[in-house]
This record gives sequence, C-alpha cells and structure tokens, in this order.
Amino acid sequence: MTDDAAQPLSLVLFSGTEDKLQAAAVLTAGAAALGRPVHIFLQYWALDAFRADKIAGNLPLSAEAGPAGAAAVEHARAAGQQPWFATMRDAKDIGEVDIQACSLSMDILNLDADQLDPIVDGVEGVAAFYVNAGEGQVVFI
Amino acid sequence: MTLTETPGAKVTTLDARGLKCPMPIVKTAQAIKTIASGELLEVLATDPGATADFAAWSRSTGNTLVEQTVADDVYRFVLRRK
Repeated sequence: MTDDAAQPLSLVLFSGTEDKLQAAAVLTAGAAALGRPVHIFLQYWALDAFRADKIAGNLPLSAEAGPAGAAAVEHARAAGQQPWFATMRDAKDIGEVDIQACSLSMDILNLDADQLDPIVDGVEGVAAFYVNAGEGQVVFI
Repeated sequence: MTLTETPGAKVTTLDARGLKCPMPIVKTAQAIKTIASGELLEVLATDPGATADFAAWSRSTGNTLVEQTVADDVYRFVLRRK
C-alpha cells in the first residue's frame, strides 16, 4: 500500500526560467504529498533564482514559450496560480524536501550561503548529492 | 451526503475548488494532518486531474478513499485518515 512512499526523488535544477521552476515545484510538491523524500540540487541559473534578493522577482520564460506561451503563463498567473517558490515552500511544509546548492555553482556565481533564500538548506558537492540520491530517480530540469 | 460507511464520524471539509494541480493534493496533505485517525476529510475540487490524483494519493499514503462523486464539474472526495 505504501510501497512507493520510500522511493526518493532527486531533482537537479539548472534552468532559472519561471516555467521550468514552476514545473519543478509541481513535481516536488506532488512527490512530497505522496510521502516521497525529495532532494533538490541547485546549479547555475536555478541557483541564481534562489537568491534571497531575486526569488520573488520576475524571471524569463524558456525560449520555446514564444509570445503565445508567455500569454498563457500570464493568464494562469492572473487566474491566481501561486508562484513557484510558494509551491516549493508548501512542499517543504508537507513533506521531506531538502534543497542544496551546488558548491561549484556557488563559486562560479560568487555567492555566499547567506545570500540564498532560507528555503535553501545548505551547500554540498556532487558526491554528496549522489549519495543522498541513492537508488532513486534523478531528474534534470 | 451519505457517508454511510462511518456514521457519526467527524467530517472536516476542504474547499479546493479553482485550485490547479498540484494544490488540491498539497492542501489535502496539509489538511489530513489536522484531523485525528479515523476522522473524515471531505475535499471539493475542480482540477480535471483530481480523480486520478486522489486515487493515487490515497493508495500511496494509506488514507482510505471512502467516497467519490462528481456533480456540476465539482469532484468530491471523502478520505478517512489512517
């Protein structure tokens, strides 16, 4: 009955576009609601989007969105869809969600841990990420 | 409302109408923690994925889906906390 519950899900977030972060937040919240532990590893532009001074700001969409896609996303926002970081916070509220910054990306972007939003739990290297991922699925977004 | 399986059980209602995926399930996961084991949670939702999602969530978390109805494009689920 609860066979799926223990399977961890690991997400590597690379893109800092709003649509991909929204998709990642939906996957995270869904897994958390099912009781699956979620490990999130933040690299490059996704890490930049988790900066405390940027997390609530406007982000671009993926290139494939185009004008029609941008209008659809704007319509969803106007209809009350909550922002991606709020869904991430909800996911942390209901489940076991650990968000770690990639130490190399921290170095490349010249960031200190205290510049990140408190939703980020810490900084780790790729070896720690793989050990925490264990046998579970790894998804790159 | 029938709730014939568990007459007298306390029912809490969560109105998730208008919320898009995954919020009905997220709000349900939050709400189920606020009721005691054996109590019922009634959820109203309009998200078209709700039927599949609530069945899967119930199966995976062990909370029983006691009732499931639809009327006027509103899905209604009754869950018993394990």
